[in-house]
Amino acid sequence: MSRTEGRNLRVVLYEGPGSTPLADQDRYQVLSSLLDNGFEVTRPIAGQEVAPPDDAPVLVLGLLDGEPRVTADHEVHFRNLAQVNALDAAREVREATGARTLDAWKPWFPVIDFDRCTNCMQCLTFCLFDVYGVDAEQKITVQNQDNCKTDCPACSRVCPEVAILFPKYGKGPINGDVVREQDIQREAMKVDISTLLGGDLYGSLRTRQREARKRFSTERDESKALLERKRCLGKLKKELDIPDEVLMTLPSAEDIEERAARAKAKLAKRQARSQTVNDSRPAPSETEWGI
Amino acid sequence: MKILYCNCTYAKVVPKDVKQEVLRQLSDSGRAFDAVADLCDMSARKDPALKKIADGGCTKIAACYPRAVKWLFHAAGTPLPAEGIEVLNMREDSAEHIVKELVT
Repeated sequence: MSRTEGRNLRVVLYEGPGSTPLADQDRYQVLSSLLDNGFEVTRPIAGQEVAPPDDAPVLVLGLLDGEPRVTADHEVHFRNLAQVNALDAAREVREATGARTLDAWKPWFPVIDFDRCTNCMQCLTFCLFDVYGVDAEQKITVQNQDNCKTDCPACSRVCPEVAILFPKYGKGPINGDVVREQDIQREAMKVDISTLLGGDLYGSLRTRQREARKRFSTERDESKALLERKRCLGKLKKELDIPDEVLMTLPSAEDIEERAARAKAKLAKRQARSQTVNDSRPAPSETEWGI
Repeated sequence: MKILYCNCTYAKVVPKDVKQEVLRQLSDSGRAFDAVADLCDMSARKDPALKKIADGGCTKIAACYPRAVKWLFHAAGTPLPAEGIEVLNMREDSAEHIVKELVT
């Protein structure tokens, strides 16, 4: 199962007829501990609106005199807080219902602001982990968010329109804060990955690979090659805020070349297809795709 | 008007004292509300509960930056309606301000 699959257990903190209201401090403690452990909690009050039920498993918690009458067409469990600890009860029901358990994954993935995105595909071209793709309408989309490297905001830094958000990031505008004029100017000035690597990314990597091979074959000087790699990685880290762990998992030059070939094949296939269906739009060029 | 509180459980980007105070006062307020552990996590999972929230009419959402919340819902395939949604930013505003906006 993907780390992003599964339903959360929804806990209803019930204090209506057939129950004794909780003390304020107890209610807060229950809410806080449940939320901190990944549960969703609804506190219903008669006559006030809450989100309607869906098909998520439900646990009703409260100082219950009996089982409240509920009209639900799916599984509802009841636990009396006079007899059980709220968190223990929620964990037990979560286990019993197969609801999703809390994991250590920080939800870290790019979120596209389509009010700003121009579909330039720079993010798709830049990301080495296949996070991005295009949908049926050839619009950029986050396709494999599980591939995204936690705490790496590099793609948002190469987006010329400041259109990529990481809501868990510390600073604006990447965290979703309002995009200001100075942010746009900074983005315009900031490092372009292809410039950073000397023009053509793939060409540059090929050149580096050739030079590295030559160096190894003539000098057998591993320390020089490692120093060069360290220098490049240091530059990437500084300019794009890429964490060390991500730099360590960067694909090899061969992997990148293979990916570029795959992307080109995919493009050719799309181009061919767009010529065979009733699509009057011109097929995207290699330049438009940034390949 | 419904109330949704996001606890931002999976990261420490919302000041702890702000989110705790908002939750405590919400809990004491006598208002009905829904509280979720983490909207980002729900968006990543495309949790159907987001659709219930998005389709559920006027809602005040205590979470983080409005731009982030808007596009998190969109990313989950359940865009928020243009009208009737108010996002309150616990990363920037005080607990007092958020609570006042939520319960009045």
